[in-house]
Amino acid sequence: MIRDITIGQYYQGSSIIHRLDARTKLIATFLYIVCIFLVKNYVGFVAPVLFLVMVIVLSKVPVKFIFKGLKPVIFIILLTMVFHVFFGSGEAIFSWGIIKITKAGIKRGIFLVLRIVLLMLGSSMMTFTTTPGQLTDGLEALFKPLTKLHVPVHEIALMMSIALRFIPVLLEETDKIMKAQQSRGADFETGNVLQRAKSMIPVFIPLIISAFRRAFDLAMAMEARCYNGGNGRTKMHPLRYKPVDFYAAVICVIFTAGTVFLRVYGKGLL
Amino acid sequence: MLLELNNVNYVYNEGTVYEKHAVKNISLSIDENEFVAVIGHTGSGKSTLIQMFNGLIKPSSGTVCYRGENINEKDYNRRALCGKVGLVFQYPEHQLFEQTIIKDVCFGPKNQGLTEEEVLERAKWALCLVGIDEELFEDSPFDLSGGQKKRVALAGILAMKPEVLVLDEPAAGLDPGYKKQIFDAIKRIHEEEHISVVLISHSMEDVAEYAERVIVLNDGEKIFDDTAGNVFSHVEELEAMGLSVPWVSKFAAALSKEGLDIRRDIITVDECVEALKRLL
Repeated sequence: MIRDITIGQYYQGSSIIHRLDARTKLIATFLYIVCIFLVKNYVGFVAPVLFLVMVIVLSKVPVKFIFKGLKPVIFIILLTMVFHVFFGSGEAIFSWGIIKITKAGIKRGIFLVLRIVLLMLGSSMMTFTTTPGQLTDGLEALFKPLTKLHVPVHEIALMMSIALRFIPVLLEETDKIMKAQQSRGADFETGNVLQRAKSMIPVFIPLIISAFRRAFDLAMAMEARCYNGGNGRTKMHPLRYKPVDFYAAVICVIFTAGTVFLRVYGKGLL
Repeated sequence: MLLELNNVNYVYNEGTVYEKHAVKNISLSIDENEFVAVIGHTGSGKSTLIQMFNGLIKPSSGTVCYRGENINEKDYNRRALCGKVGLVFQYPEHQLFEQTIIKDVCFGPKNQGLTEEEVLERAKWALCLVGIDEELFEDSPFDLSGGQKKRVALAGILAMKPEVLVLDEPAAGLDPGYKKQIFDAIKRIHEEEHISVVLISHSMEDVAEYAERVIVLNDGEKIFDDTAGNVFSHVEELEAMGLSVPWVSKFAAALSKEGLDIRRDIITVDECVEALKRLL
């Protein structure tokens, strides 16, 4: 149940997208997000959608797996839709009390839902194809110039990678503890909100204790290996741009240009 | 017949690259007052298998029945089942959470809806059974040593008075003294309370000493299901699966290979001594 969450997970593979440099993927994702916010009408979505479809096809991640990642945000999507459809402005097609359904409202609702879905899918494509380690390496490399301003880039990157690394570990631990307490007759499924929150105490206390235990163990292991920060530290898998990264960059620029073009010249369209 | 599994399969992450067929077409039954050991190398599906015993996970196909009732039917009371099939996980000390030992042990019986006196009585009984002194009852479970924590956690399940006790590596990481205490407690419960015990262990000596029947798993499949003596006479097959046999079984097998007339189903030192005396 708890392990069904696919968002933010890494999906093992060796596709061309998986092999891209993490920095390329980070910048591409950033551009993609900017593009989505540049879009002003439905026609404008053509470029980002085509880009996304291309990435999904190339990455070979099963579509079913990708869409499973949308599950946690379904509530937000529905809420957005409901608000815009029922409380939109403009000429009403149907009205009842304060609720009025307008053409503009429906249009706006679908538009925003599309935007959320595209944002979610696009950014999860990055996490599906990039290991947390590569991701933090990429971020560290991109933000390296900030060290000149005394920003502790390496330390932040390290903290991030430790945090990311421990998400699956703690999820698994939660699953285990929940099963152990269920074996003692604990009930997590029935009762009202308050009772359910209370029933989680036998899960949270062991979980917090084990998180601390792991943290101390990790600190000890790092010290035993003489870890002393980022200065002069080399990497096992150094990041290197390859020709394929260049092609990917060209493709990104083309799609970005396409989005800008559709925004400037697509005004009168749908 | 207490527990009965029929052609049970379990597949993790079905339909993804992480798909793993952990339990393959296993049928077995656990009778009343039995002491069964389940052995197999790491990742052979033992832990997955026992989680189906009390309905924590649902088999991908096949049925699990308790006293003839399918436990995965919609209206079956799986919470009540947890009290009857007591499952003790590996590292059970990681599930302790209350302020005092006695309160932690009370958690299980309290969930069964017993009265306060009954709950307390059972907790004391269980703690006494695993050999925890009464003066420790009001201490924090987090101040205990590893072996004591394990015994407190075991008491937490025992206090629910299960009819089948399922243990996943109850003595992992314990020194011989604590290990003996844990196993002696389990044996006492088995003999005095007539509870069926299912034990997962990697120590073949322990299995040989305590279990009457041994089930061997390899890559999710059931290979052997027989008396301990018969199972351990298959020395070569077990070693090919990455398992060992008690050293006395190995000794007997080696002697019989040399042409000596010795029983092949020897599993304890005493039996071996008897057989050797007869030979001489």
